Amino acid sequence: MPVTNSPRTLFDKIWDDHVVERLEDGTCILYIDRHLVHEVTSPQAFEGLRLSGRRVRRPDATVAVVDHNVPTSDRSKPIEEPQSRLQIETLEKNVAEFGVPYFPLRSASQGIVHVVGPEQGISLPGMTIVCGDSHTSTHGALGSLAFGIGTSEVEHVLATQTILQKPAKNMRVSVEGNVGPGVTAKDIMLAIIGRIGTAGGTGHVIEFAGSAIRDLDMAGRMTLCNMSIEAGARAGLVAPDETTFAYVKGRPFAPKGEAFDQACAYWGSLASDEGAYFDTEVTLAAEEIIPSVTWGTSPQDVLPIDGSVPSPSDVADPARAAQIQRALDYMGLEAGQKIAGTPVDVVFIGSCTNSRLEDLRSAADVVRGRHVAEGVRAMIVPGSGLVKHAAEAEGLDKVFLDAGFEWREAGCSMCLGMNPDRLTPGQRCASTSNRNFEGRQGPDGRTHLCSPAMAAAAAVTGRLCDVRELVKETV
Amino acid sequence: MDKFTELTAIAAPMPTENIDTDQIIPARFLKTIQRTGLGKNAFAAQRYDAEGNENPDFVLNKEPYRKAEILITYDNLGCGSSREHAPWALLDFGIRCVIAPSFADIFFNNCFKNGILPIRLPREICDELMDDARQGSNSRLTVDLERQVVVRPNGETIAFDVDPFRRHMLLEGLDDIGQTMAHDAEITSFEHRPTRAWVPSITIGTVK
Repeated sequence: MPVTNSPRTLFDKIWDDHVVERLEDGTCILYIDRHLVHEVTSPQAFEGLRLSGRRVRRPDATVAVVDHNVPTSDRSKPIEEPQSRLQIETLEKNVAEFGVPYFPLRSASQGIVHVVGPEQGISLPGMTIVCGDSHTSTHGALGSLAFGIGTSEVEHVLATQTILQKPAKNMRVSVEGNVGPGVTAKDIMLAIIGRIGTAGGTGHVIEFAGSAIRDLDMAGRMTLCNMSIEAGARAGLVAPDETTFAYVKGRPFAPKGEAFDQACAYWGSLASDEGAYFDTEVTLAAEEIIPSVTWGTSPQDVLPIDGSVPSPSDVADPARAAQIQRALDYMGLEAGQKIAGTPVDVVFIGSCTNSRLEDLRSAADVVRGRHVAEGVRAMIVPGSGLVKHAAEAEGLDKVFLDAGFEWREAGCSMCLGMNPDRLTPGQRCASTSNRNFEGRQGPDGRTHLCSPAMAAAAAVTGRLCDVRELVKETV
Repeated sequence: MDKFTELTAIAAPMPTENIDTDQIIPARFLKTIQRTGLGKNAFAAQRYDAEGNENPDFVLNKEPYRKAEILITYDNLGCGSSREHAPWALLDFGIRCVIAPSFADIFFNNCFKNGILPIRLPREICDELMDDARQGSNSRLTVDLERQVVVRPNGETIAFDVDPFRRHMLLEGLDDIGQTMAHDAEITSFEHRPTRAWVPSITIGTVK
């Protein structure tokens, strides 16, 4: 344990509190408080344990869910795709053999791992949290150090409850001021990625700070931290505060009573000290951020909704120019065209980025009293069974169904199309997910990332458009 | 894991930035429960058309690059998803070394765990190595991990940095888990620290 009086960042403090041992070359054995497991990146890890006769060291710090492969349609029928079924059955066999707590498909609480973890109080402030999934960064919204790992590391954590790593660099992204009407956490994060690029955070953990971040609710903070990986960062963090404590209190696996108060005192001590050193600092003015969409095939290809698609002739570097041209061709867009007005075929509201109750409310506020445009397929995929249930309790399902949306079961769904929810070649989608890579939502599918409110606006108008024009009266 | 000591091989040039792991292996191929067999679908979207026919313009479909064991790209190789299926697909195709000006963190780490050596070299040098690679089958690169150099076909050597711990593990073909388990006493002692008393346990019966 390094004992130091110099000012430390939130990341430094969580890191220091989890170092089991520092090896000769600076690599640390870092203790992991929570290991979340899903069906896609774990089978080879469990098989590795089995082959070497190892056990899961801490089943009581491990939780498994099924989310990537699961159908979001009628759950009473068997899973049709044999390989998806095999992966789910393999997980069920593994959790039974190794004694790992598990949310099965039939559970009312089943859902996307990054929705379920915080929702259940499994993920808590001050913890180290890993999962074989890059969007594990989501849990950083609680003020925990949470990052994605590969399957070899999943096996390493199962066997040892630790990971080998060197400390990351510290980056602080401050967003100061108040965002305007119709601007959400998603727009803030797209603006940040547009500014620093998809490799801007490489080697860093990003702490999100500033008044616009403190004003966000937990769902918004999760959206922000979720896409830290899209900025290349190892993890994203928001300092735990009263908003965090209020969110955590009473969750099924959170500490209770006196233990909760003691935990809060500890969590409250984790905020970055005055004068702590950040290797990189970035500041954005909240007032300058407007509702945004992506135009290309990288999350850094961001445009404010009133913007125009770039042209290869705008850039000097020939490799970059070729990449813009390739993205334009793939996306079926012309250089210089206005992004607003682009017609969409599909609208997907869901994913670990934007499938929480607050996201669905924000979409419903746009949809209420309107109808999905002719020829558009619009789908809502809640992040968990509990989100779905809560939304139904306040009548959101009716708002969406009356408007012509599909109201589906929880899962990763069309974010990556491992289940039957996929774009067909050439289809254009306004999507609340996190990646617009080529083929991400289905081979030759075209993805425009945006907020739930912007996706809802695209659904009812049939085009990418400025949500502020639809909700003028109310905002 | 196979050792990595020295490799003399054909290198495939892919002068592209931000090659993401969805490109290296699309999600629909992640439904396997094994580590092997993914090579035929590496770069599937670029390698095959909708009918499954090879795209003759894609570098890995051309001779001599079908036998490439080294891949050279531009910045931010392996960004996006943490899927270890990406290095598994590369390894299954035959790639043992990837060279780029920069890598995404998780992919970089995943490579080492599978006996693939990722090497960071400046873009100008990657351009020179790509020019070498374009000279065809007689123009092989040598990657010597012991000496930490890449040897160009003209004999010029280019030094590279590698984390000493990772280098040791690759040279010896060791896996991390056995090493870490040797620290079991320290891990157990950490788990019993009084400052960790607040961390709740999750028991199997409590998950519904």
